[in-house]
Amino acid sequence: MKRGSFWSWLWVALGAIYFLLPLYATLEFSFRACARDELCLKAYDNVLNDSQFISTFTFSVQMAIMTIIASILILVPTAYWVHLRLRRLRPLVEFVSLLPFVIPAIVLVFGLIRIYSRPPLLLTRTPATSNILLVAGYVVLSLPYMYRAVDTGLRAMDVSTLTEAALSLGAGWPTILFRVILPNLRTALLSGALLTFAIVIGELTLAQYLARPAFGPYLALLGQNRAFEPAALSIISFALTWVAMGMIAFLTRGKPGQGQIAGAH
Amino acid sequence: MSIRTASVQTQDAPLARPASRTFSWAWLGVLPFFLFALAFLLAPAASLIAGTFLNEEGRLTLDNVLGLSTPYIVNAYKISLQISLVTALAGGIFGFLLAYAVTAGGLPRPVRSLLTTFSGVASNFAGVPLAFAFVSTLGRTGILTVLLKDVFGFNIYSQGFNLYSFLGLSLTYMYFQFPLMVLIMTPALDGLKRNWREASENLGATSWQYWRYIALPILLPTLLGTMVLLFGNAFGAYATAYALTGGSLNLVTIVIGAQMRGNVLHDPGLGNALAVGMVVIMALSIGVYTWLQRKSERWLR
Repeated sequence: MKRGSFWSWLWVALGAIYFLLPLYATLEFSFRACARDELCLKAYDNVLNDSQFISTFTFSVQMAIMTIIASILILVPTAYWVHLRLRRLRPLVEFVSLLPFVIPAIVLVFGLIRIYSRPPLLLTRTPATSNILLVAGYVVLSLPYMYRAVDTGLRAMDVSTLTEAALSLGAGWPTILFRVILPNLRTALLSGALLTFAIVIGELTLAQYLARPAFGPYLALLGQNRAFEPAALSIISFALTWVAMGMIAFLTRGKPGQGQIAGAH
Repeated sequence: MSIRTASVQTQDAPLARPASRTFSWAWLGVLPFFLFALAFLLAPAASLIAGTFLNEEGRLTLDNVLGLSTPYIVNAYKISLQISLVTALAGGIFGFLLAYAVTAGGLPRPVRSLLTTFSGVASNFAGVPLAFAFVSTLGRTGILTVLLKDVFGFNIYSQGFNLYSFLGLSLTYMYFQFPLMVLIMTPALDGLKRNWREASENLGATSWQYWRYIALPILLPTLLGTMVLLFGNAFGAYATAYALTGGSLNLVTIVIGAQMRGNVLHDPGLGNALAVGMVVIMALSIGVYTWLQRKSERWLR
């Protein structure tokens, strides 16, 4: 086995160039907002002072938090019961958790609009109910990753022993779920939550077609109108994603198999 | 002890827990999940299928499916399939080479963790920011374009290159395709035991023979399976394509989006058929991927 052969370094070098060049280009582009050859932060200034940036970003953050909470509330009990008692249901639950891969975002939003834009299930009329629809869509999009995170977390701990111990000490089921199981799932939930956060912040398809004032459509709109601000926004967005992924990597260090993989949007 | 005494004894012993009662709690516990999946995943899918096969009067029809055979729609599917295939193959091969370089290629350990972390970020960096990043790189005033023009005198745009075309979009898709490949192949390549390589070298096999008879047959299911996953990934992508081409490139996802805005088809049934067609293709890819995954588990545990 050759140590550090030429070809290995070559592929990594090519990979590094391909990875880093667009990032560097974006960074350089974002500094061009002033006169030529001058490094300036005007684009960032414009972006951060833009009231729409603040409002759409806040909106997306709120949606992300609601999505994370809803996912945890739906998935943790389910994964727990499947793990503990309903083993036979596991293939079915795993199948359902893989369905969002089969139904891409654009198809999902098409279907959601079809059903929920007519009475009696009218959800697209008011902002509040539309937000519910949006959060539901986001929960669906992040379902595969959250379920896998929770499932991995449950496998890493001895669920039956903990449950029996809690039961024998007189705990009821809510206590078991929220005070015994949930704290032990902290790492898994955090990494799932960070991934969900990264997905929701940049998401375009659902937000655009449900006409919600989220960060994704704001980015797209800005890209059509401005030259340098989109580059600044990309850098900010990339930095956020990097922080989220870095935190996941930090949280799951030494725990193989708990890393998260996402796909395209 | 007689049988009668034994049965009397077990009858007197109290039950450890009321079995039927815990089971009803468990079913109640998973109910929210299934209700949610029904309401927001299965119902939309069913509605699309219903809309495909039922016309406005509610009668069964194949018109919408047949309507998929117009040149415009066939072209959309063709371009989508082409770009998915191209980026799956290119991303798959390049990603595999990268994954191999950091696992069996003998590079230092930090390089591998750096690559894995970066791949995790890059595979998530799709959508609008990615489109901007590539515009900054290869757009008309992008840094690479300007570099090639000023330093090498080579104007790629006058040579016919256009970022907002099939080639440009493929290059952009690669940015999240091959990190996905790296992320999935790196653990799989760990399963390729070093003793197999050493054993084959002991028996006098060349590098080529090792690959041809040992490594590739073992890796092939995972390789192909992940490439199929990449295929599905590219096929369903919308945001990147929209942000980069503004909807000018005729992909199936873009056409569905345009249909939702009432732009192009003016025929809701056809839009449903488009969506269901996409779901069928994605389901096939996920099915093939799952099958190949199971085959690879035999060696690469």
